[in-house]
Amino acid sequence: MVWVNALVQGILLGGLYALFACGLSLLFGVMRVVNLAHGDFAVLAAYVALAIIAGLQLPVLWTALVVAPLFALVGYLVQRFIVQRSLAVSPLTTLLVTFGLSIVIQNALLQLLSANSQSLPSGVLASGSLEVNGQLSIGYLSVIVFVVAVVVIVALQMFLSHTALGRQVRAASDDQEVANTVGVNVRHVFGIAAAIAFATVALAGVAFGMYSSFDPAAGPQRLIFAFEAVVIGGLGSLWGTLVGGIVLGLAQVLGAQVDAGFGVLAGHLVFLAVLALRPGGLIPARFS
Amino acid sequence: MVAVAVLASLPYVVYANVTELLVNLFVLVTLATMWNLLAGYAGLVSIGQQAYIGVGAYIVLVLARNGMSPFVAIPFALLGSALVALPTSFLVLRLRGAYFAIATWVVAEAFQLIVSRIPSVGGGAGASLRGMNGLDPAVREAFTYWAALAVVVAALLGSYLLLRSRLGLDLTAIRDNEIGARSVGVRITLAKRIVYLLSAAGCGAAGALLIVSQLNVQATSVFSVQWSAYMIFVALIGGLGTIEGPIVGTLIFYTLQQTLADRGAWYLIILGTVAVLMAMFVPRGLWGLVSDRFDFRLFPVGYWLHWRRPTTPSPPLP
Repeated sequence: MVWVNALVQGILLGGLYALFACGLSLLFGVMRVVNLAHGDFAVLAAYVALAIIAGLQLPVLWTALVVAPLFALVGYLVQRFIVQRSLAVSPLTTLLVTFGLSIVIQNALLQLLSANSQSLPSGVLASGSLEVNGQLSIGYLSVIVFVVAVVVIVALQMFLSHTALGRQVRAASDDQEVANTVGVNVRHVFGIAAAIAFATVALAGVAFGMYSSFDPAAGPQRLIFAFEAVVIGGLGSLWGTLVGGIVLGLAQVLGAQVDAGFGVLAGHLVFLAVLALRPGGLIPARFS
Repeated sequence: MVAVAVLASLPYVVYANVTELLVNLFVLVTLATMWNLLAGYAGLVSIGQQAYIGVGAYIVLVLARNGMSPFVAIPFALLGSALVALPTSFLVLRLRGAYFAIATWVVAEAFQLIVSRIPSVGGGAGASLRGMNGLDPAVREAFTYWAALAVVVAALLGSYLLLRSRLGLDLTAIRDNEIGARSVGVRITLAKRIVYLLSAAGCGAAGALLIVSQLNVQATSVFSVQWSAYMIFVALIGGLGTIEGPIVGTLIFYTLQQTLADRGAWYLIILGTVAVLMAMFVPRGLWGLVSDRFDFRLFPVGYWLHWRRPTTPSPPLP
């Protein structure tokens, strides 16, 4: 029963990682860009949510409605003014620039706030759970996060395959020049993709802030988990990202079941094993 | 040569706090040079060179516990790091771009988690270096300084000779156009592997210097990604793909760090912002600006050499 519990918790934790990773997956799939400040933007979103709760006395779930559009705007601007510019220098420059951004965000948060860890007050959501029996209990929060992750991924997939804008995104991703000649404003479309990705990052940041405590230096770890989920699942496939998140969540929870300190390492080892054996990921595919 | 001789005689002339500062400078120049070797010449952006800083430091720790002088252990740290990098290279060198960057980072995280689980080297709490008690502090500091000077001179001279060699040409060819390089017969994986191992060796030596100068080691700090931030900022500000760049970058780094010493993390915020702007607008860094303007190089290996003088007939290919 202990193992069944670990299995369920692992899958649910995977939902959180998938929510975290889908923005990364989208940007890589569309632009071949990895935003190394991904995790730090999520932490920033959690801090913004904290400020909103303190300032407007909103309940925590409502903050997502403010934080997600705000970060969509941030994402559009970051894409247009920073990422697009560095892409023009070279693809490697985007790595260096977003890494620099990550360090700047971390240290700015550290300097302006403090190194103290915070968490989002989530009341009954955090503590409440569905007791199946003595050893198996399912937290409401983790179920909500899992459902949100699936909904976001389905919505993204629908957006990409069934809307005009989604088609433009895919066209720009496949061939920028041709997309341009048929009237797609590639830069704007990439900006839109980044806006969507950042909105999901904000959701993930709020979810993570409710799940566990965070501090200014928490971003890189989140980025690594998100990237691991993307790679394990298979790059450029949103469903793969969900699978990758679940595999990573399972590896961590089952690893921690073996030995309390082994969880994160187990996740890393699974990631490295996938890189070594199946570099394309478990479900390699392109957006279709 | 003169500069090295002057620097070597410093412990006789100046106070220990100056040599201590210089040791830190040398470590940072070495690290940035090693990172620059990968990114600036081979086009491999690593965020995980701290893996070998940690390996180097822990090798010195273990050898010193078994009775070896920590100074004698430094070359072993260098070799040991390269040895550890060999199997790792088979995993990470299959990857490119962001994949390579994050895979190296995860490797460093995994090393840290593994070392933290070994109780005999202090686990997560860290350990202090033994084997220095018999030495007079002044002698110890002088030896540390000379060791650091030797490492940084070896790193700079080694990179210079490496880049002047055929391998250096291979590497720049790979960075500029990997498929093109392959098609003219460059053995891409071999060239990348050699430079990856050399970079690991240099970082290992730097890690050894860190533990020798600080006399203790802690896994979370020695394997910290902060080191990558330092290396990247220094190399970007000084000049990517130039040997002089890391020296210039390190001087700026330390000036800023010392000036803003009582203002917490502001120096990192400023350095990071400057590095980001440099990467976007001045991709060849400060030294690139200087050398373009005055056509002056301390170490003439720049890949601009032939490009700037298109009239010079290129030598026949061997």
